[in-house]
Amino acid sequence: MAKVLLDPITRIEGHLSIEIDVQNGKVVDAKSKGDMFRGYEMILKGRNPVDANQITQRICGVCPAPHGIASSKCLDAAFGIRANKNGRLLRNLILTADYLQSHILHFYHLCALDYVDITSILKYNGTDKKLLAVRDWAKNELEVKKNRQDAITAVAPFLPRYEGDFYIKDQELNIAAIAHYLEALDVRLKAQQMIGIFGGRTPHMVGLVPGGVTQVPTRSAIRQYKKFLKRVEEFVNEVYFNDIIAVAKAYSDYFKIGKYTNFLSYGVFEANDELSQFFFKRGVFDGKKLQEFDSSKIREQVRFSRYNSGTNLHPYQGQTNPDPHKGGAYTWLKAPRYDGMPMEVGPLARVAISYLSGHKEVKQEVDALLKVFNADIDAVFSVLGRHASRVIECKLLCQKAYEWLDELEVGEMPRSTYEIPEKGQGEGLTEASRGALGHWIIIEDKKIANYQCVVPTTWFCGPRGDDGKLGPVEQALLGTPIADPKNPIEAARVVRSFDPCIACAVHIVEGDKEIGTFKIC
Amino acid sequence: MSLNRREFLKVMGATTAAVAFPSVLIQGCKRALQKATERTNVIWIQAQSCSGCSVSLLNKLEPDIATVITEYISLNYHQTLCGGTGHAAIQVLENAVKTNRKDFVLIVEGSIPTKSDEYCTIGEMDGRFIGAREWIQKLGANAIALVAVGSCATFGGIPGAKIRATGDNPTGATSLQKMFPDKKVINIPGCPPHPDWMVGTLLHVLLKGMPELDEYNRPLMYFGTTVHEKCERLPDYKRGRFAKHWGEEGCLYLLGCLGMDTGCDIPTRKWVGGMNTCTGCGSGCIGCTEPPFPDYGNRGIYKHLMASNDELQTLHPEIASTVVKLKNGGVING
Repeated sequence: MAKVLLDPITRIEGHLSIEIDVQNGKVVDAKSKGDMFRGYEMILKGRNPVDANQITQRICGVCPAPHGIASSKCLDAAFGIRANKNGRLLRNLILTADYLQSHILHFYHLCALDYVDITSILKYNGTDKKLLAVRDWAKNELEVKKNRQDAITAVAPFLPRYEGDFYIKDQELNIAAIAHYLEALDVRLKAQQMIGIFGGRTPHMVGLVPGGVTQVPTRSAIRQYKKFLKRVEEFVNEVYFNDIIAVAKAYSDYFKIGKYTNFLSYGVFEANDELSQFFFKRGVFDGKKLQEFDSSKIREQVRFSRYNSGTNLHPYQGQTNPDPHKGGAYTWLKAPRYDGMPMEVGPLARVAISYLSGHKEVKQEVDALLKVFNADIDAVFSVLGRHASRVIECKLLCQKAYEWLDELEVGEMPRSTYEIPEKGQGEGLTEASRGALGHWIIIEDKKIANYQCVVPTTWFCGPRGDDGKLGPVEQALLGTPIADPKNPIEAARVVRSFDPCIACAVHIVEGDKEIGTFKIC
Repeated sequence: MSLNRREFLKVMGATTAAVAFPSVLIQGCKRALQKATERTNVIWIQAQSCSGCSVSLLNKLEPDIATVITEYISLNYHQTLCGGTGHAAIQVLENAVKTNRKDFVLIVEGSIPTKSDEYCTIGEMDGRFIGAREWIQKLGANAIALVAVGSCATFGGIPGAKIRATGDNPTGATSLQKMFPDKKVINIPGCPPHPDWMVGTLLHVLLKGMPELDEYNRPLMYFGTTVHEKCERLPDYKRGRFAKHWGEEGCLYLLGCLGMDTGCDIPTRKWVGGMNTCTGCGSGCIGCTEPPFPDYGNRGIYKHLMASNDELQTLHPEIASTVVKLKNGGVING
């Protein structure tokens, strides 16, 4: 048996490492480890509740928009208000743009280098100016830096990498992918600009506040958003979609790798002014049947996490003391459980829940893709299914965003007003691009008495639960074939397909020695 | 590569740089760059970061990020962008430490935990997990220049904020400058920093040497004036028109805007290619480029200045009378 350590897992947000045991060329055990702790919730206590809106966005620079929105929603609930129509639509539009930039970044800039042979650029003999420039740069790097003492690495940051016979061999496909890597840089920037139009700036929107947003929708802002949306939509439908199909064809075994079938979705993109319906549906799937979601069934367990505090607590009752040297513990992540079960969250979970709920457009898209591969629905619950779910979401959101833009009331207030109450509590549930995100607040004396977040990466990268049952990423890694334990790219592909974001995941591991148990008041 | 004056100024971003760079100097820069075929080595370490600075860096326009990393610098290590995983990635840092390299610029994003290395580890070396603090200590001692990007690495930022009840900090998160009290660290604060600030400062260092810095070691060309001085709502302030709610027209001061205290050129530079600004979108400045962010003593980020009569006393006399008028209209929180 070979113990293989992948540390750090790069091309994700934050500090994650994975330890796997390989036996007869297959993963037989896995540990997912979060390697950073900042103590955000400790810092939040005692502050103005509205500050949480800004502070929690800094949990993650890749997905600040969902954190801002979850925080706003939990403040809305605690303040006893609801976003007005413009507020709801603008939050949806900011989140849409965030999904687009995040999914595109994830596939092209974080994952593609696991499949695409970047060195194929050296053999490029076409006429595209940008590609020629990259080729000449790479050649120059290799020539100039060969055997030179003053060169740290050549063709950085793309090399060095895992070496082996596992990259795409088709030269044309590689070149197209590299061209799209560059094009996607520009497209993701367009999506970032869309966030900026209504959010004020990005990352870390200043414009997200309780009750809605601060930016009044103007005709010119809407026009500009539409212009960028059109460009992103073209890319999603004509490039991103086809690239997913091309990678899936080249690596069809990944329909059988990284399997998982427990799914949880909080529901996202509010579809009515009562905020009770969602574009992507809310629900729970335990591998057998679809269930109604009930947030009181959420618990966090810490038997294998670096905390010596109570385990199996609801977020409102957060009680955690960090213990860096706790025996048997191997991560800064807690293990969230829904009704005692580990859950995968994220695009695949959303698509699966919507599909099972009979969402017309989602069903249409999924069935069409399955037809291309002559596969049944089971194939979706895999590494490739996760990538495909992202592009399906992008496609549907691009269509939907035009409707939301048209519904905006131009020049009208983008938010409801509020007063901070003496006491209160609230729950804010939304979906980040990488999965279910919840914030919980308790207010006393107009200040934050307790603040808890349970974030997507904790759901899927969390460790074993109190019952010793593996977390979703750990479970999904089991059975993954590893051809060369020195270059375990297969495991990296499985982990990256979840889109981990460790800054998010680890902030939740918070400790507080002053305040022990928190009861729901 | 070659860079004419116009292109160079584009890189530096906007007009302040035009003043800072007479054309005769540009010629020298050009030669320097041409000579430096081996593009300056850059090692970018993320400690207790959220990666927001890196995301902001990717939002660089004119030149775009692909141009920056293929033409201007050699980005030898950057965790979010590098092709390698695990040992294939970390060997870059390991080699740099073990061979005692002294020929790279070290950029740090995120604060550095000092209470325990366990609070942030990056890979392993010789069978031992290595803390971000240790990497930074070892690499920083040899680097030709130390650059802190973002408010966490420059001043501690949010991970370095105080626990209100105790005044303590959970992880002992500190800034790059505090790790190297005897060295000059160039600070590019902001949460996130504008990509022009990062690329512009870096190129200034590579081409022309140290830019002129203020008392917090921030480049004056970007942080030398306050948000208030450049604010698109300055005429409102001068006419005494103050917004009572977010989203309204008028100066945002009474809503707690920190523009008067914050050195930053965002109102004219604008975010993501001219899309919007913090003050323009109606929210106001949250003071993220200043050392006290986000604590501001016990003030915090948002402080509605109409909350109490006591605070009224502390207001600038020039606007106090307006505040009283507004107060009669009655706004408490936002």
